[in-house]
Amino acid sequence: MALLSVNGLKVDFTTRNGVTHAVDDVSFSVEKGEITAIIGESGSGKSVACYSLLGLLPMPPASIEGGSAEFEGRDLLRMSEAELRQVRGRDIAMIFQDPMTCLNPYMTIGNQLVEPLLCHRRISREEARQRAIELLDEVGLRDPQTTIDQYPHQFSGGMRQRVMIAMALINEPKLLIADEPTTALDVTIQAQILRLLADLQKRRDVGVIFISHDLAVVADIADSIVVMEQGRVVERGDRQAIFERAEHPYTRKLLAAIPGGSKAPSASTGEDLVQVRNLCTWFSQGKHHESVKAVDDVSFGIRRGEILGLVGESGSGKSTIGRSLLRLVPVTSGEVLFDGVDVTALEGKALKQMRRRMQMIFQDPYASLNPRMTVFDTLAEPLLLHGIESRKSVEQGVLKLMDDVGLARAFIRKYPHEFSGGQRQRIAIGRALATRPEFVIADEPVSALDVTIQAQILELMLALGQEYGLTMLFVSHDLAVVRHIADRIIVLYKGRIVEEGLAEQLFEHPKEDYTRQLLESIPGRQLL
Amino acid sequence: MWKFIASRLLQAVPVILAVITVTFFLVRIAPGGPFDSEKAVIPEVKAALEAQYRLDQPLFQQYLAYLGDLAQGELGPSFKYPGRSVNELIAAGLPATAELGLYALLVAVCIGGVAGVLASLKPNTAQDYIPMSLAMIGICMPTFLLGPLLVLLFGIQLEWLPVSGWGEMPGDKLLPSLTLGAAYAAYVARLSRAGMLEVLSQDYIRTARAKGLPEWQVITRHALRGGLMPVVTFLGPAFAGLLAGSFVVETIFQIPGLGRFYVQAAFNRDYTMILGTTVFLSTLIVLFNLASDVLAAWLNPRLRSQFGEA
Amino acid sequence: MNEPILAVGSVEQGTSLWKDAWIRLRRNRLALFGLVLLVSFVILALLTPWIAPYAYDDQNLDLGASPPSAAHWLGTDIFGRDLLTQILYGGRISLAVGFVATSVALLIGVTWGAVAGYVGGRVDAVMMRLVDILYALPFMIFIVLLMVVFGRNLLLLFLAIGAVEWLTMARIMRGQVQTLRQQEFVEAAISLGLSPVTIIWRHLVPNALGPIIVYTTLTIPSVMLLEAFLSFLGLGVQPPQTSWGLLISYGAETMEEYPWLLIFPGMALTLTLFALNFLGDGLRDALDVRGSTD
Repeated sequence: MALLSVNGLKVDFTTRNGVTHAVDDVSFSVEKGEITAIIGESGSGKSVACYSLLGLLPMPPASIEGGSAEFEGRDLLRMSEAELRQVRGRDIAMIFQDPMTCLNPYMTIGNQLVEPLLCHRRISREEARQRAIELLDEVGLRDPQTTIDQYPHQFSGGMRQRVMIAMALINEPKLLIADEPTTALDVTIQAQILRLLADLQKRRDVGVIFISHDLAVVADIADSIVVMEQGRVVERGDRQAIFERAEHPYTRKLLAAIPGGSKAPSASTGEDLVQVRNLCTWFSQGKHHESVKAVDDVSFGIRRGEILGLVGESGSGKSTIGRSLLRLVPVTSGEVLFDGVDVTALEGKALKQMRRRMQMIFQDPYASLNPRMTVFDTLAEPLLLHGIESRKSVEQGVLKLMDDVGLARAFIRKYPHEFSGGQRQRIAIGRALATRPEFVIADEPVSALDVTIQAQILELMLALGQEYGLTMLFVSHDLAVVRHIADRIIVLYKGRIVEEGLAEQLFEHPKEDYTRQLLESIPGRQLL
Repeated sequence: MWKFIASRLLQAVPVILAVITVTFFLVRIAPGGPFDSEKAVIPEVKAALEAQYRLDQPLFQQYLAYLGDLAQGELGPSFKYPGRSVNELIAAGLPATAELGLYALLVAVCIGGVAGVLASLKPNTAQDYIPMSLAMIGICMPTFLLGPLLVLLFGIQLEWLPVSGWGEMPGDKLLPSLTLGAAYAAYVARLSRAGMLEVLSQDYIRTARAKGLPEWQVITRHALRGGLMPVVTFLGPAFAGLLAGSFVVETIFQIPGLGRFYVQAAFNRDYTMILGTTVFLSTLIVLFNLASDVLAAWLNPRLRSQFGEA
Repeated sequence: MNEPILAVGSVEQGTSLWKDAWIRLRRNRLALFGLVLLVSFVILALLTPWIAPYAYDDQNLDLGASPPSAAHWLGTDIFGRDLLTQILYGGRISLAVGFVATSVALLIGVTWGAVAGYVGGRVDAVMMRLVDILYALPFMIFIVLLMVVFGRNLLLLFLAIGAVEWLTMARIMRGQVQTLRQQEFVEAAISLGLSPVTIIWRHLVPNALGPIIVYTTLTIPSVMLLEAFLSFLGLGVQPPQTSWGLLISYGAETMEEYPWLLIFPGMALTLTLFALNFLGDGLRDALDVRGSTD
């Protein structure tokens, strides 16, 4: 018998704009000691479905409209709040997505850890504390005797997620619900946390629901997989069946969206368009103005027509390099030669002329467009500024750009908040291409997007790169994505270059330990 | 933590010094000397008086002398009450004002805090609308209107409570404290509601619920501390406001406090009294601001550890 | 920039954030009520010399204080002056102080904050340090002092109140500019090669306007309260001019015998403050301005 079996679950959200069926007739089950992954993009209802089981949704606006959830012979959906509270944190525990915000900043982690014990068991404070220390040790926190009395802000994201895991497991729950537990983490940390979770799950024989937007993440750990789209389950099966014999078109689309393989090499002519020499960008920080060496003595070149991938984890300085090239942050020392001219020394008119030739595509499509300007205003601004179009012809120019990036012409008078993330990123790409640049820096252009949208935008960028004859610096934390799009790759770590090489070579024969470690951390790498 | 307090104290010194300096010179450059109004003062008497108050010396020397007196805690003699020093007058007025301020602060924090927290627990229901409407009235009804209205209702119409005095009749402290505290209770209610709503939407509250904690524990252990932070930082400005409000309330209820002395001194052009009281009250306000800053920092673990003490 | 569309069949008209906010504001009845009330008070104040039932200095000592009647809708004061007329003229001053002093605060504060936020670095540190120091000063007491020392001068009152209120405005503006500057759309504008002036006007100002509008709406009532407070103490507006604060203070003196002299001016002030606060709260929700401005 299944540990948890959910049948025909329906959850509605009632807002001013009407009722949405966030979860619509969803059924799935979780076996004891197995990991069930629920996969879906944003808005698929995967989190809502799980939160509704434990009564963790704000009601209203949410309401459970039907279904049942048998857990150990009792229906979770029909329990009173008091009964449900007995289940929460004792029989069923949760881990959330963002470890930075899920711990109470005003309490020591020790006090937070013992809470579930004190709340559900007759146990003394001293015993509870002892148990907490044991568990912190088990999840791999160094020196738990002292760290237990520290506050959350004294831990890194990965460490906080370990604390969260310890807190969830402290009552030996039978079922663990993990909601995107690694999404906010760096790829090497993600690999560690996934390993830890899988390990603890085996040892304790708990059932796990693993919610994720990313099929690749669960490829190594899931026993069975449930795929959701727009509030409905579209496919379910064991891991092998899903990865090898997916039937539903949406599942296939998800699988296809996992960036795999590498692209055909670009037509790059051997000569460098951009040369970076001994670039240093330091920031002063804190009240003592200690300098942080975000970029520390970095040199590389980008050939005309090639796509160079810049890879690193958070704090590696990859985004700062991109911003330094465009003079968006002040450079401390070094040279950036663009077509033989040192960009770092330019001022006034010359700088403006140079900026026309190099453009940037930003990470967050929600922040990179002025919310008070229509598509027309946004795209017309660069066209007029650089005299590419006259006032008379600017509308034609804007429409041409919209065609190029695949936006319907009818949207020309709409504002950013009326578009989806993918559409906004198309507008941002259009703006970057408006000045007819030779060189484009793309700073994590797809990491804020759903996986299927991600694939579309990547294809668009590759196609436009060809069409416009662009040279590109592609900055990303996601190795699979970079391999898919880049000709050459530079690996960064703490502001310095670790390794540099042709994409395929670097993937097949990494020279440095750090690169190897990164590659091994790629989730679901057997899929690539 | 001590470092933090010390650094804040150091910052407060120039502020207080600035207050003293500005007040001193403002008062001295004011048109019309303090004894001009008294007609027919014999020149010799005037000279003697001016000598007594050091008015015959150059301005800068007067300033230095005043600073010297201040350093010894001496605020100088009063112009209008010959024979009494400003110190004595402040000592006479302070107890009533301090007590009034304390009660008003209690009214503000207790009533306002409870109302705000209750409202935040059930937003957009009667439990939210009723206290928040009252808070809106509190904000829009100035002290100097609320006071007379309360007197009119409870003092004159219903005759439940005395209309003036302080500590002379039972219950005569109730109306002044309520009057002075009402507006700040309203601000506290709005601040604590907003703060609580903000905190209650945080992820760590969901974590607490997922642990199976009873709702009251979620609120008392996890939400209150963060939710009431805005109130703590508001205490400093509130204290300054309460002092100013006491000018009005003490006038309305005829309470022999510092506020009423100050207003009277302002009308009498009793310059040493104005100067002394301003310096005294300003120092108090600066110190209270400091205290509320320190409290807020102490309640925030991130700030606390930044200043080197766990 | 708004030539008609060529070569496009159908165009979907977008909803700008301003339009969106207006729609939301219109749904908020209290805010709308506040807006209507405020506009009518302002119109009344502007038209007072023509619509006031009596002349401002009309006295009728024989009549003395009389309760509301057909001839005097809100009654008369102890000198037999029409209370409605007094309130209308007092409203002119009270509203004028509210708007003028707020404008002073707005002008200084927004400029100061925008410069500090945009230039950043050392300039910012020095400018904001000054604001911090001024913030710590007990201003209420200072204003009382100023009024005592320099006499009760209306212009001085404007300046003094404006000088207090600009501090918060500067902080808010600086915060806005700083956050906006780090937004990617501003970086995009820089990398397009736009000049700083264009960036400020097209990209920063329109986006910083929301919080400024909200805070301005909420500053006016606190300024009016301050003026009324000073006038009540006899340190603000002086006879022969009048203001609501002054009328309330007269009313409070004689409230036992003539309560209407307290209640009507009090209602005028309270209603105006209600209107402004409701409008401010409504705007805060409609423009989606987060965080407390207190």
